[in-house]
Amino acid sequence: MIRRRMALPTQPMAVITTVMLLILVLVAIFAPMWWGEQAVAADPDAIGLPPSSEHLLGTDKLGRDILLRTLVATRLSLVMALAATGLGAVAGLVLGALPAVLGPRAQRWFADVIATWLAFPVLLLAMLTVILLGPGAITAVVALAVTMVPSFARLAQTLSARVAGAEYLAAARMLGVSRGRQFTHYVLPNIAEPVIVNVTMSVGGGLLALSSLSFLGIGVQPPQFDWGRMLSEGFAQVYVSPIAAIGPGVAVVFAGLAFSLFGEALAAFLRNRGGSRALSRRRLGPAPRAATPAQQSAPPALLEVEGLCVSFPGESGWQRIVRDVSFRVEAGELVGVVGESGSGKSVTLMSVAQLAPAGAAVTASRISFDGTDIAPLSDRQASKALGTKVGVVFQDSLTALNPALRVGGQLAEVPRVHGGSSRADAHRQAVEALGRVDIPNPEQRAQQFPHEFSGGMRQRALIAMSQMGSPSLIIADEPTTALDVTVQRRVLVMLRKECADNGAAAIVVSHDIAVLGELCRRIIVMYAGRIVEDVDATLLARSDALAHPYTRALAASLPDLDTDRSAPLATIPGEPPDLSQELPGCAFAARCPFATDRCRTEAPPLRAHAHGGRVACWHPQDGMSREERPRAEVTV
Amino acid sequence: MADLVIDDLVVTFGHGRRSFTAVDGVSLTVPHGRIVGLVGESGSGKSTVARTVAGFQKAVSGSIRLGDRDLLVHRGSARERARDVQMVFQDPYSSLNPRMTVGETLAEALTIHLGRDGAGPAAVGELLELVRLKASAGDRYPAQLSGGMRQRVAIARCLAVRPQLIVADEITSALDASVQGAVLNLIRDLQRELGLSVLFITHNLAAVRYIADTTAVMRHGQIVETGDAAEIVAHPRHDYTRSLVAAIPRIEHAGTDHLLTALEATP
Repeated sequence: MIRRRMALPTQPMAVITTVMLLILVLVAIFAPMWWGEQAVAADPDAIGLPPSSEHLLGTDKLGRDILLRTLVATRLSLVMALAATGLGAVAGLVLGALPAVLGPRAQRWFADVIATWLAFPVLLLAMLTVILLGPGAITAVVALAVTMVPSFARLAQTLSARVAGAEYLAAARMLGVSRGRQFTHYVLPNIAEPVIVNVTMSVGGGLLALSSLSFLGIGVQPPQFDWGRMLSEGFAQVYVSPIAAIGPGVAVVFAGLAFSLFGEALAAFLRNRGGSRALSRRRLGPAPRAATPAQQSAPPALLEVEGLCVSFPGESGWQRIVRDVSFRVEAGELVGVVGESGSGKSVTLMSVAQLAPAGAAVTASRISFDGTDIAPLSDRQASKALGTKVGVVFQDSLTALNPALRVGGQLAEVPRVHGGSSRADAHRQAVEALGRVDIPNPEQRAQQFPHEFSGGMRQRALIAMSQMGSPSLIIADEPTTALDVTVQRRVLVMLRKECADNGAAAIVVSHDIAVLGELCRRIIVMYAGRIVEDVDATLLARSDALAHPYTRALAASLPDLDTDRSAPLATIPGEPPDLSQELPGCAFAARCPFATDRCRTEAPPLRAHAHGGRVACWHPQDGMSREERPRAEVTV
Repeated sequence: MADLVIDDLVVTFGHGRRSFTAVDGVSLTVPHGRIVGLVGESGSGKSTVARTVAGFQKAVSGSIRLGDRDLLVHRGSARERARDVQMVFQDPYSSLNPRMTVGETLAEALTIHLGRDGAGPAAVGELLELVRLKASAGDRYPAQLSGGMRQRVAIARCLAVRPQLIVADEITSALDASVQGAVLNLIRDLQRELGLSVLFITHNLAAVRYIADTTAVMRHGQIVETGDAAEIVAHPRHDYTRSLVAAIPRIEHAGTDHLLTALEATP
């Protein structure tokens, strides 16, 4: 169960600002009750006194105590600021967020209104309101609200545009949920947090603005007084007794800061509440490492990974996403890595390519590439060692290419930076590479931007890019997942041919075991951060030759072109395990029909198996029990 | 209960010279109690057909009849509309309101159609059971559920209304391969238990072969081939269908050079 912090925040900033706000509220409530009459009673005997023990901030020109007046003015100043901000926020929310449930035409219309409103100078708008309504406290509040509306509306509009496009709102419309309920239950809750934070911060700004209006004489009129009014009165004699202006000035700054900082603290609190709160590195302790020491017995391969662990800071300790993974890739070999989302397959490969996500702690006994062990090297040294010898193809071709640069220029960067080629030479290489992946008119296409390419062409351009440095290893993360089947096939063929032509090896990650089966020679199956089976791809076609129950279930769960239509599809019951917990036995045991007590208590090691690959299972299902095979501890 | 009959549907985007015809004269029938597949690649217009049937998109010409009413002309009240057609969306991560629990989401749908009396915990529990979820799932927020579980909730929300037709738009393509089978099983079981009519839109021929009774193949806004789902896959008549079938990665080709040889065979 996820534990959420619902208690008030404990950061010093939050505590300080809460106390400041509490003081303001108490003063606003009690000061007028206790000193209300004293603060307005003129005393002819005490006109313009300097600060003394009796009058800490002195008295004004009617002999009234400035400190008391400042305290009493808190109520009016705060109430006005809150009223103005509240009015502005409500009007802004209606104007900005309501169109989300009214349809696209209303959205466009309201957007125009907001844009026009925003274009009016704030001060002009405020002055105009005052001229129309005549000076006074209510006028000041209305004027300020009017100037605040468009910025709140713009915020609400931007936030609610996301909700308006969301499918859950479309689903609600289909169900016949009323517009009012769509607004209160769908739009408002999904935009509430940033709006609340913004409104809180704006109270501080509103307080300043109202004080300015009063200071200019177009806000609160005597005999009423707020801080701005007092500033204005005190300012007249600022050279004689500056303290008269300083008192209300300090109050304005104090209140303004209190609201602004409280807004910041609120934002930080809400941010943390949304996601899980990860422990700090210090409390987490050292990152988990593989228990087994590195063992070297086979002849060196192109890539050797031993004891790779990748962990992320979690709420209650390290989240162990990859747990003690070891594998090898020979030169020119195509290896597929398959698993469900969360199995750690992408993180494994990105860690090998030195592209692990931010915050990840990567440890390994050994990551040797082309004879160099890069595990002990610093990130920069490791990246340099990999250099252009490793090419990476990402899943999302739209974000993997820089939208602001021409495709040809991006490809040419590799030979220019790493190969030291001239501009013209690099460009020629880029065009050649695009031509090799069957992009028509490569010369013209190289001049285009990524958004002018179709999805399949972009993915092929990425493959061309990964080939630019003539790498000996290509790492591809779900290279065809977003593509249509016919396009997918072309990309797969391209990948296969590029590898064959250049003698490059490739590791390809996918959740589709059929895709990998056609593309690769060897398949590595991952589950809950471990390799459970490592098997020759030809065995996938004969499901009784597969040893691990999970591999079998994966291969059987997809409908094929000759699946029996009368029987239900094979499925894997249950859910993958929680990776923040220590798993005592086999991670798949809870979902495995063959699991015994041993599976639940003792984790099966990944060992060489009679089918020529490796298996981590106490009960391999291919008819060759673990006891029958030779006890060779050789990793394949 | 009635058949859905789409007749000569045309949908265009934009105006004048820059306009683009996404659906170009599509005719298709979903008989009551049947699952009809609509297969095509991105840009084929299959999702536009789905969105037009669901009422999110206006048509230029043609008709979409459900019983004796043309949905393009007479949509009826919000409640009637909801009982005509419901849709299950592709991405279960964005089709559920993140601020409502599963129970609240289902109760809301039930309240609209049966009133408050019909939306008690028992009715919500029944819906959850229908999609093979535990009753305890009702207290959870979408963020606490896996993709497959969310898609079940989205299906349950549709079922709350007992619609005449469910449009399933790529409902398995955002899911893990191992979960897709379970969702397909569920749709098939529900169709048998409740006699649902489903327009099943997908790019996955293997899925449509398994789940649909009849299938139409779309390309460039037009239907190029219609027929029995298994027959179309086994003996495709149109070149385009043939290339689609040939492009499906097949596990029996695992570890072979089929990928390279097949490319040389097809133009």
